[in-house]
Amino acid sequence: MSSKKNKKLTKAQQEYQAFAKEREPKRKVFRNIFRAFIIGGTICTIGQGLQWIFIEYFDFTEITAGNPATAVLIMISVLLTGLGVYDKIAQWAGGGTIIPITGFANTISSAAIEHASEGYVLGVGGNMFKLAGSVIVYGVFSSFVVALIKITIQWLGGM
Amino acid sequence: MLRGHQTWVFDSKPIILSSAAVGGPFEAKGNLAEDFDILHEDLWLGQDSFEKAEKKLLEEACEKAIEKAGKKKEDIQFFISGDLMNQIISSSFTARTLGAPYLGIFGACSSSMEGLALGSLLIDSKAAKYVVAGACSHNAAAEKQFRYPTEYGSQKPPTAQWTVTGAGAVLLSRKGEGPRVTAATIGRIVDMGISDPFNMGEAMAPAAVDTIETHFRDLNIDPSYYDVIATGDLGAVGHRIAADLLIKHRMKIPSKIFTDCGIMIYKKEQPVMAGGSGCGCSATVTYGHFLNRMRKGELKRILIVATGALMSPMSYQQKESIPCIAHAVSIEM
Repeated sequence: MSSKKNKKLTKAQQEYQAFAKEREPKRKVFRNIFRAFIIGGTICTIGQGLQWIFIEYFDFTEITAGNPATAVLIMISVLLTGLGVYDKIAQWAGGGTIIPITGFANTISSAAIEHASEGYVLGVGGNMFKLAGSVIVYGVFSSFVVALIKITIQWLGGM
Repeated sequence: MLRGHQTWVFDSKPIILSSAAVGGPFEAKGNLAEDFDILHEDLWLGQDSFEKAEKKLLEEACEKAIEKAGKKKEDIQFFISGDLMNQIISSSFTARTLGAPYLGIFGACSSSMEGLALGSLLIDSKAAKYVVAGACSHNAAAEKQFRYPTEYGSQKPPTAQWTVTGAGAVLLSRKGEGPRVTAATIGRIVDMGISDPFNMGEAMAPAAVDTIETHFRDLNIDPSYYDVIATGDLGAVGHRIAADLLIKHRMKIPSKIFTDCGIMIYKKEQPVMAGGSGCGCSATVTYGHFLNRMRKGELKRILIVATGALMSPMSYQQKESIPCIAHAVSIEM
C-alpha cells in the first residue's frame, strides 16, 4: 500500500489494516507466475501450430497465416466461454489466459452471454464491450500516438 | 425494551412459528444440504434470467415458511425483506406475489438479521400478529451486478468469497411454539478504510466485533450465555481476524462456540476461496441449520451476527472505502 493512500487513513484504520494484513492469506505470486507461463505459453504454442498448419496444408504464407490462426483461437475461446469452462481454466491459470487473444475474446463473449437476458439491443449490443471497450479505446489511442511519433521522426528525416 | 445504547430486549419474546431455507446446486453439494427445505439442481430455477431465479428462491422460501406454519398468505400482516440486487427487486417482486403489506430493507448481507430484528419489534410492540421476514441472494446475479460476467475468466484471490444462492424466511408470531427472539443489537457503521471488494471478510470483521461487544455490554451478560455465536459471512479470513480482535479487546468467547455461517455452509473441497457470503448465507444457515438444531434440542441459545458491506459497484470504482455493519439477534428455545 502506498504511503499516499495511508495518509488519508486514521491511526485506528492504519493499525487495523496492519493487524488484518498479518492474518490474511497471501496471494501465491510465484505459483501464479509459473502457471501463467505454462498456460500462456501453451496457448501461444497452439497458435504457432495453427499457423504452421495453415502454411503447410492450405494456401497461406507466413504473413497471411496469422489471421486464420487468430480466428481459430478466438473461436475456441468463445466456445469454451459459452460452455462455462474458460473461467475455470482462468482461475487456475491467472494471467496466462488473460494476455493472449483468447482473453480478449472471453471478455467480449462473457459480457454478451451475461446480458442476453436484457435483450439483443440494449443487453447484448450495449454491454458486449463493457470490459473490452477500454482495451479498444486505449489500444486505438496508443497506436495513434505511436503512429504520430513515427511520422514525426520520418518527417525529420530520421528513418 | 431499549437496553443500553443499541439493544432491544423483546419482553414478549416473539416466536418463530416456522422457518424455511431454499438453496441452489452449489449449496446442495455443501455441508448443510440436509437442512434446506428445497434444493434446486438448476442455477436458473427454470427462469430466463438470474434475477428472476433469485426472486423465485425468495418466493419459495416465504411460501414454504407460511405453509409449514399452517397459515395462508392472507394471514401475513407484514413482510420485511432485503437482498443485494439494485433497488432490492427480489424482495419487492416477492412482496408483489405475497400481496402482503411490505417493508423493503437494505442492509447488504446483514439484511437477514435486520429483517428478523425489525419483524420481532413489530410483533413485540403489538403492531402485528404475523410477520414474515426474509432475505435472499443469488451467486450469478450478484457476480453480474458487483463484479464481472460469470463466464469472464479472471483469477480470484484467496480472500474472495462465494455468494450463496439461497433464500431464507421466518414466520414470526405472538403465540405458538418454537424458538423465540429475545433481543437484538442494531449495529453502527464501522469503516476501517478497506476498499478491496475481494476482501469483504477483512472489511466487515471490525463491524462484527463492535456489535458483539456492544451486545454483551448492553445486556451485561457473558459470551458463555450462548451455545453458539455465529457471524454471518466473514469467511475464513474475516472470522480469524474477528476472533483475534476479540482476544485483543479482552473479550473471551470460547473458540468452540464462535463460528461463521460462511465457513459452515460449504465443504472444504468446494472452490469457494474464503467461504460463503451474501444475504442468503446467514439467512439459510440460521433459518435452516441453526433453527433445526434448536428444535431438536441441540442448541438452547444462539446469537447470530449478520455482517453487511454497504458498498455499491460505483462507490468502489470511485475509490470509496467500504462502510460495514453488523446486526446481532439472540434466539432462545
